[in-house]
Amino acid sequence: MGLLDWFYKRSLSSWLNKLFSKENAKIGLYGPPNAGKTTLANQIIRDWSGDVMGPVSEIPHETRKARLEEGVEIEANGASLGLDVVDTPGIATKVDFEDFLNEYDLEQDEAKRRAREATKGVVEAIDWLDDVDAILLIMDSTKDPYNQVNVTMIGNMEARNIPFIIVANKVDKEGSNPNKIREAFSDHPVVAISALEGENVNELYNKMIDNFG
Amino acid sequence: MEGIQLTLVSDNRISSFGKTEKINFILKHIKEGEIVILESGLEPKEQAKLIQTTMNEIDHDEFNGIEIETYPEKDENPSFLDRLLGKTHKNRLTVIGPADKLKTIKRNKDMIEAFVSFKE
Repeated sequence: MGLLDWFYKRSLSSWLNKLFSKENAKIGLYGPPNAGKTTLANQIIRDWSGDVMGPVSEIPHETRKARLEEGVEIEANGASLGLDVVDTPGIATKVDFEDFLNEYDLEQDEAKRRAREATKGVVEAIDWLDDVDAILLIMDSTKDPYNQVNVTMIGNMEARNIPFIIVANKVDKEGSNPNKIREAFSDHPVVAISALEGENVNELYNKMIDNFG
Repeated sequence: MEGIQLTLVSDNRISSFGKTEKINFILKHIKEGEIVILESGLEPKEQAKLIQTTMNEIDHDEFNGIEIETYPEKDENPSFLDRLLGKTHKNRLTVIGPADKLKTIKRNKDMIEAFVSFKE
């Protein structure tokens, strides 16, 4: 093989790699506030790179700015998948600072600041839809899955051809009913887990490699 | 007479708007305290845009956001051309209102129960 042939093949291979396969798939963690997105992001990153992504809280909209963790390599069943994990703020159609005042006993200034940041976070989370390769849509399995955020998110992922897995989280909690999520979104892959307890996350990793790898 | 205005918008009317015009039209009516009923709903990307625009309009005083009531999409097989154009959904009747006036009570695949409050 001549030098020109070698150079041509190497360039072509590099160009095809860039065009069709990126080094890491960018995975967005999406869902309504308090579904457990950051808890799951922390679990994934703790399992595969020994770090944590951000603080978690019972107060909704704890994550008000998207966080990106690059170069997370997950392995399951002899295969591996390189990920950049994007933990996005919870998506909502309304943000009322009085909810923080009444339900979580925050001071008015803090409640308003949190509400202002939360609205910006929702805008940012939706902007990220144009920049992710796949999505984990996290739902709280103790709640009714037919909420507008879930319906809108699934519609958007389908319209944008983004592969996704629905994560029925919080199976450790009383009242959890992941089957209701399976019935509601029967056309889509659903994995029931507890991100908090680490329960069944290995099945999620298998599913991620099958669906996103 | 006190009450809440319902604004019913036909498919013809909503289809005649551009994307931004459609979102602005809906939000203008909602911020005036009306409940807007769209005969043919919004595309998923339009719903996302409506949520983003709503977030930018929230003033943490008078306007705290919206409530949207729509059914999950029907299970359908869109054509290749529709998929190519991102038209994978048939829009369905949608009710949108101010979050402090419209509340979802119960929703499933085929039925929505909502409550309209007269709170000022």
